Amino acid sequence: MAGKLAQLLSDLKEPEALAYVDKALGEGTAAEELLEETKEGMNIVGERFSKGEYFIPDLVFSGEILKGVVQKLEPKLKAGAGKEAKRLGKVVVGTVAGDIHDIGKDLVVFMLDVNGFEVTDLGIDVPVQKFVDAVKETGSTVVGLSGFLTLAFDSMKETVDAIAKAGLRDKVKIMIGGGQIDDHVTKYTGADAFGKDAMEAVTLAKGWIGG
Amino acid sequence: MTADEKQEVQFQKLLTPKLPDGNDLPFQSPEAEANYKAIITRIKDAVQMKKTPDRVPIALFPSMFPFINAGMTIEEAMHDYEKCAAVFKEFMLEFKPDLHIGAAGPGPAKFYEILDYKLYSWPGHGVAPEHSYQCNEGEYMKAEEYDLLMMDPSFYFRNFYLPRVFGALEGFTMLAPHTATLEMYGLAFNYIPYALPPVQNTFKALFEAGAEALKWATVMGGSNGELTSLGYANILGGFTKAPFDVIGDTLRGTRGIMTDMYRQPDKLLKAMEALIPIMIGMGIGAMQQTGNPMIFIPLHKGADGFLSDEQFKKFYWPTLQAVIGGLVEGGCIPFPALEGHWESRLKVIQDIPKGKTVWMVDQSDMAKTKETLGKNACLLGNVPSSLLKLATADEVKAYCKKIIDTAGKGGGFIMANGAFFDEANPKNVKAMVDVTREYGVYK
Repeated sequence: MAGKLAQLLSDLKEPEALAYVDKALGEGTAAEELLEETKEGMNIVGERFSKGEYFIPDLVFSGEILKGVVQKLEPKLKAGAGKEAKRLGKVVVGTVAGDIHDIGKDLVVFMLDVNGFEVTDLGIDVPVQKFVDAVKETGSTVVGLSGFLTLAFDSMKETVDAIAKAGLRDKVKIMIGGGQIDDHVTKYTGADAFGKDAMEAVTLAKGWIGG
Repeated sequence: MTADEKQEVQFQKLLTPKLPDGNDLPFQSPEAEANYKAIITRIKDAVQMKKTPDRVPIALFPSMFPFINAGMTIEEAMHDYEKCAAVFKEFMLEFKPDLHIGAAGPGPAKFYEILDYKLYSWPGHGVAPEHSYQCNEGEYMKAEEYDLLMMDPSFYFRNFYLPRVFGALEGFTMLAPHTATLEMYGLAFNYIPYALPPVQNTFKALFEAGAEALKWATVMGGSNGELTSLGYANILGGFTKAPFDVIGDTLRGTRGIMTDMYRQPDKLLKAMEALIPIMIGMGIGAMQQTGNPMIFIPLHKGADGFLSDEQFKKFYWPTLQAVIGGLVEGGCIPFPALEGHWESRLKVIQDIPKGKTVWMVDQSDMAKTKETLGKNACLLGNVPSSLLKLATADEVKAYCKKIIDTAGKGGGFIMANGAFFDEANPKNVKAMVDVTREYGVYK
């Protein structure tokens, strides 16, 4: 059974969640304990999204509530508290060179994060070399390439090629996604798979990393 | 006049294209004239769904493909208007679709530069010279500004929105509303801001930008007339938007509108209602200006996955349906584009007047779309960008035949690409046109 804050957050009850945090802090509940509950709440949100009960507005709004809650908790957290729990694995994600679309990429980052992956978000219009460097630096075993435009087909291919050239191709699985991405594009780019939405990105990453 | 009669008047106008001076546009040959008129009749039959056309009409909706295919950068196409138009003409003569969307896609870079446009990045101005322009999403309208927007949308746009998306229009923030001009006494006070340097600089920028826009539009208009005289028809008469996308794309942004759905749903709903007549007026105005009734409506945040069914029915569809209805009443042919997947929405959006609209289908299943929306509306699409770039010409032909068989059955279908495309294999684009010309003939 989820805690009260986890419940309010996952049911998207913003005023109630914020009021509850104020009340709980006032009554002496440790900020660390409440932070744990927010994580639990976000996991429930992620689950509901995966099951098709929640949609993008619900995800976006849960993120907004989370921001408000964390703002209240932050000043009260002891240094080093809320340290990351053990993560399933590491994933590098970014929108490929030349493309500045971020909505789809952000959803994938969010869903991977609430599902227990440690995500390095490289942002948008990410140069090929930056992906290669990030894989090396983080030791990530999954790479997610996002792109909305047809130009992204080539940027994705170049990124996959560069990862191979750096000798990293057998160390990572590469998934791609975006508006016009399908099997043809997957084959063309040399990626391992494509996902049609953020849930599929999680399924792919779990399949490769386990968890 | 009834909506039927108004639509008929629009088709008659299309059949007799005019020059800007009002005289009949001369065709370059009798064949070109016959070709043009056959295209208009074909489209009319496809749209009205009363008669099967002679064959499936063919439209090409490229984004930057004509320029990329000609080895030109998008940056060049945005700066050299003459070359842009010339390359577009070559594209038409090479691929020969029935319908096109004109050479206006790249737009005039200098115009955007003069106004310091911030909503988009374009080649040479935030994106690479060979890439297309892309939108910079943001909260250009603040969460607490709904009342201001609804009270006087034009005042809100001029004094708040425009200065945020155009650096050069900062001076607009100082102007009094036009509706403050009522009586003689005190009138002059309202006009003091026009003496101040920020306002004067804004107007100087506008004069310069307007001159650039005219220079560009003159070339585009000439190009359009020339293509008509060669026997090709432009399918676009203008554009408008779904009220949800107006607010969600460029005013509040995705995050903003989705947060408002929770924090202030009533304000959001009211604001979208206030936008209905404005969006209808935008479409009808464009039709009157261009003489072409096809009003494009790119649909974004109603696609599958963005909203739940309930959210779609509450927030997205009612105001869009009202805009479509109003455009039809005004004699327009609304032309919404179902970008992405829309399978879960088909049963809802099929509730529209029959024979009055055209729907561009991106990736939704064509058979399912035909059985629902296609009962009442002409469908256009849905050759995927990935096929056009990466498949063989034979695969493209097989795909086109399949959708001619399903979506084309009994008419009410226009062959086209499903999404605006930049890059493609020219052989595949040709294959799409050629196979439809043969296989798309109705017997």
